[in-house]
Amino acid sequence: MDDERFRSPEDRLLPRREPVQLIDASGVGTTDEQFPRPDAETLLTAYRGLVEGRRINDQASALVRQGRLAVYPSSHGQEACQVGAALALAEGDWLFPTYRDSVAVIARGVPAAEALVLLKGDWHSGYDVRAHHVAPQATPLATQLLHAVGFAYAAKRRGEDTVVLALCGDGATSEGDFHEALNFAAVFHVPVVFFVQNNGFAISVPLSRQTAAPSLAHKAIGYGMPGQRVDGNDVAAVLAVLGEAVERARSGGGPSLVEAHTYRMQAHTNADDDTRYRERAEVQSWIERDPLTRLRAHLRDTGALTPELEEEYAAAAEETATAMREALNEDADIDPEDLFRFVTETRSPQLEEQWQLLRREIEHTADATAGGAR
Amino acid sequence: MTIAHDDVRVDERSTSVSTMSMAAALNLALADAIEADSEVVVFGEDVGALGGVFRITDALAARFGEDRCFDTPLAESGIVGMAVGMAMNGMRPVVELQFDAFALPAFEQIVSHVAKLGNRTRGGVRMPMVIRIPFGGGIGGVEHHCDSSEAYYAHTPGLTVVSPSTPQDAYSLLRAAIASPDPVIFLEPKKLYWTKGEVDTTVSARIGAARIVRDGTDVTLLAYGASVPLALEAAEVAASEGRSVQVVDIRSLSPFDDATVTAAVRSTGRAVVIAEAPGYASVASEIQARVFERCFEYLEAPVRRVTGFDIPYAPPKLEHWHLPDVDRVLDAIDSLHWEDSDREEGAS
Repeated sequence: MDDERFRSPEDRLLPRREPVQLIDASGVGTTDEQFPRPDAETLLTAYRGLVEGRRINDQASALVRQGRLAVYPSSHGQEACQVGAALALAEGDWLFPTYRDSVAVIARGVPAAEALVLLKGDWHSGYDVRAHHVAPQATPLATQLLHAVGFAYAAKRRGEDTVVLALCGDGATSEGDFHEALNFAAVFHVPVVFFVQNNGFAISVPLSRQTAAPSLAHKAIGYGMPGQRVDGNDVAAVLAVLGEAVERARSGGGPSLVEAHTYRMQAHTNADDDTRYRERAEVQSWIERDPLTRLRAHLRDTGALTPELEEEYAAAAEETATAMREALNEDADIDPEDLFRFVTETRSPQLEEQWQLLRREIEHTADATAGGAR
Repeated sequence: MTIAHDDVRVDERSTSVSTMSMAAALNLALADAIEADSEVVVFGEDVGALGGVFRITDALAARFGEDRCFDTPLAESGIVGMAVGMAMNGMRPVVELQFDAFALPAFEQIVSHVAKLGNRTRGGVRMPMVIRIPFGGGIGGVEHHCDSSEAYYAHTPGLTVVSPSTPQDAYSLLRAAIASPDPVIFLEPKKLYWTKGEVDTTVSARIGAARIVRDGTDVTLLAYGASVPLALEAAEVAASEGRSVQVVDIRSLSPFDDATVTAAVRSTGRAVVIAEAPGYASVASEIQARVFERCFEYLEAPVRRVTGFDIPYAPPKLEHWHLPDVDRVLDAIDSLHWEDSDREEGAS
């Protein structure tokens, strides 16, 4: 294919044969003509985010074991994607995350306690979507990609330069909505970047059962948009590739698809048993490619990361974890009337009737309890 | 035509009354809504140059431009999912899903997001959108073109579901649906698209209100969509046989107007629910149950239902056996434990 005679203009839409990598697994920087490595300051910010993200993942998993969270789909091992996604966006941009993207949501500025409301069980979504420019975390796969397209359509229509970054996993690329979203985005030429975190598994099913395509990024050409592959455990590369895609979208160049090659280091959730479908050796092999250790090695080698900074970042992450623990150990003030309050803008007579039924039940129970105590 | 107190004539000076088909009334409502609010956009399959397969969006693209009325790729989940994002970002999308059965690919978006996003975000993100679906049969359509899917939507908390039976309601209810802060499933009875009636564009309708379209004292017929003219026809025949039949157009399947329906049935003591959809676990069953619960002491007879059979929608040459008709409605009325036993025997 290197022969020019076999090249067509559409070839520019194809991803590279190998994922873009700017810092290798041992921490050594590489040179890339198309994607310059972000400067030391940006990488330090990213590193700080990785440290915090890893701590959030570990803390949330611990909170599940303590019964404070119902469930936690961890992004342990995917922090470079999480932090990269949040840092690639400008303040006015929007993020459309999934249930596994809590770290990205928090990195975008949502307080951890609010981001985890869904998993704590106090409500379905716990943060102010508009204040943080983060859509509610979507649980049904790939459905939010279409919302991102519509959101970007409205922004473009108003002449705003908002870019929308839509997240999904490798499993979601098999859903019909993934196809429809990419197709609509390309047809309407909207400023959306689709960022697929290919972590190898959809619960238990490996990528080989999701697709026979050379890579997920290859799907982009079928929609007429550029696709690119990136080492998802190299935050420098994630930032460079997403940064290019975001800028393309912002400057009117339309949507694109970025596939990050990463790995889900833990089971799907605490309720899952990953020994049933994957080998320990495989998981072990990915520890050597950990996003945190490689960036730490790189920044230590280049002298950017001092012991003082490391201490500062660790302390900041610990602070976040403490705040999480405290917030989640607190029982929220739950108002049962909320069940009826938000279903529609105006409460129907039927819902009012049903609320009164529940209210009387609650009062009756309270009376009975009070009576029993006497 | 009687206009209930809920339908308010907004502008007394207006003389904007004309006779038109339901299709034209819907088209006019879309045009007026587009003109009134720059955030209203109409899109779907074939709604642009063609004007929709039923011509409901006729000439909108030409008149208002591609920005206000446009064709999409052929993908219903995409249409509704994109509308969700637009509604999140300040727009008021009005989408057309071409036929009832072709709305099904969008079902997940409708049930999991359109209906729930407002609740999920504690009111932070509302979904002001209208999903228009031509519904029901009686037009000789082949498979997948004549379903009645209202129960799926009415069963889903968070969705408003309405269906007009006159050109006036088609206009007024569609304007009300587009103005609503909540998502509305707008079911257009295909069979009535070409029926004509007067439309006063200054009349506004309130979603959630049923309407008494014929007064009567012996029995109440409860119907919506294409079953309303059928009920009126049956009432006319019954009247010639000496029964005074009241007809209520449900109009709003969700939220349901218990107050109007309960008062109506209590006033007559007898009721028949009429709907095309298969009767099992249907909107008709729900109406029947609600009437039983609220009117039991007032009833002279069990509440009856006249519905489609529990079969996949019939092929064109067989649909007349499937659909409720005047005779079936009259038989149901006759079965309502009348004191004049002659009639009862005569009805068997």
